[in-house]
Amino acid sequence: MSDLVELYQELVLDHNNRPRNKRSMEDASNHADGYNPLCGDQVSVFLKVEDGVIADVSFQGVGCAISQSSASMMTQNVKGKTVAEAEALFEVFHGMVTRDPGEEFDSGSLGELEALAGVCAFPNRIKCASLAWHTMAASLDGRGSEQVTTE
Amino acid sequence: MIPQPFDVEAVRRDFPILSREIGGKPLVYLDSAATSQKPQAVIDALAAYYSGINANVHRGVHTLSQEATDAYEGARAKVRQLINASEDAEIIFTRGTTEGINLVAHSLGTQRVREGSEVVISNMEHHSNVVPWQILCEQRGARLRVVPINDDGELLMDEYEKLLGPQTALVSIVHMSNALGTINPVKDIVAMAHAHGVPVLLDGAQAAPHLPVDVRDLDCDFYAFSGHKLFGPTGIGVLYGKREWLEAMPPYQGGGEQIKSVTFEKTIYNDLPYKFEAGTPHIAGVVGLGAAIDYVNGIGLARAAAYEHELLEYGTEQLQAIEGLQLIGTAREKASVLSFVLDGIHPHDIGTVLDTQGIAIRTGHHCTQPLMQRFQIPATARASLAFYNTRAEIDALVEGIHKTFEVFS
Repeated sequence: MSDLVELYQELVLDHNNRPRNKRSMEDASNHADGYNPLCGDQVSVFLKVEDGVIADVSFQGVGCAISQSSASMMTQNVKGKTVAEAEALFEVFHGMVTRDPGEEFDSGSLGELEALAGVCAFPNRIKCASLAWHTMAASLDGRGSEQVTTE
Repeated sequence: MIPQPFDVEAVRRDFPILSREIGGKPLVYLDSAATSQKPQAVIDALAAYYSGINANVHRGVHTLSQEATDAYEGARAKVRQLINASEDAEIIFTRGTTEGINLVAHSLGTQRVREGSEVVISNMEHHSNVVPWQILCEQRGARLRVVPINDDGELLMDEYEKLLGPQTALVSIVHMSNALGTINPVKDIVAMAHAHGVPVLLDGAQAAPHLPVDVRDLDCDFYAFSGHKLFGPTGIGVLYGKREWLEAMPPYQGGGEQIKSVTFEKTIYNDLPYKFEAGTPHIAGVVGLGAAIDYVNGIGLARAAAYEHELLEYGTEQLQAIEGLQLIGTAREKASVLSFVLDGIHPHDIGTVLDTQGIAIRTGHHCTQPLMQRFQIPATARASLAFYNTRAEIDALVEGIHKTFEVFS
């Protein structure tokens, strides 16, 4: 039960119920569609990159609470960052959700993204949490034309 | 004679896995539509085969080979009796339902399906009864036609009838839906197709463990099912085919066992069923399947089905009483499946919460994406029953669903 409380923290449920930046973006400079074939989670990520800085970011999609709240939190946390900073943040986030439960992690730059730290105790939910991030990374390195999957 | 009440506790003791715990809670296994658990008799049969009579089958002059062959062919006879086929030669061992369907699609499919032909399936098919036909239709320039369903998850038989015609090469329909539990009127489906001279394959993956199947009464041309859903091992399945079709069909795979003689100029194929069993078969799996059939016969499939039906009715009643829950699949004729969605909570999240309570259900599209599209949902949560489940386990499921609402409130 404690793992469950850890997983579905209030902040996670809040982002699931009231997702931030959940909208399409017509003038996006970067866009990619992500899909988790395991459970059917879908996330599209839109970015407006100006001079190497993420000036705006949004997402659309359907899926489980973890995938949708992770996408929502991601948009809040990469907005205003440089592309390099966003990619570095993905590294740290990925390390957090894929670590062995109980293992320490560097929470320095994560802020509220730490709310998803409990995902690591549910190996079959890690892909839900990382889908939006993989999709953003794909849109940034020009793989926007192909569908991203977490498989 | 007064019929014995169904002693589910005694049945449960036959399945060692049912006494294990998940995260400190007793396992509540409600995922038998994905795969059934195995009774000790099946587990023992596998061990006894490998420790006592393991040898390659057929053409061996030594004793072990003869014993292994007897066990292998003995299991074939058990399968024939289970589904009331006319002869053992009509029973082909495969890896599972999927391979059975692929065998027919490749072999009969390439004979019968040509440019302009149509293959008829339904909106509730498992991907394994969609994709092989799609591949075939693409290769042959043929067309896949789909029988629609109503909101309860029942086939629209009028629409089915309209799809049949001189262009129809084959009909392949599921006997019982894995995602909805619907039992289709397959006898009528077969008769209507036969009126147009069209052969019918029935996907019996879900039906075989839950319903008595009589292929001669159904008059189907092919019937495919899997061992692992029928309390047997994984990796073994059965394709029944009427002799007249099997005789006329080209082999599916070439190799040892399926030939009479080989020269570099010409190969003469073996008799049925060996023509379709190239290579060393899954002998242990076949022996295990035979043990599973003995076990099911011991319990009595009709008696078990009656018990399951009672359990399904109880579960349906209990789930329907939950506010915010919608059952997907409410056909009048259905068995053993409780597929549902909850308001505002994704099935994947339901599955995770239930897992922490020791309850194993399946969540997702159940390999029926076109069916999910029909209901305009991405996925369902599916609890599926077998005769080893209890009312107490349904109660645990209900409690788990309330818990899920609590977590997401």
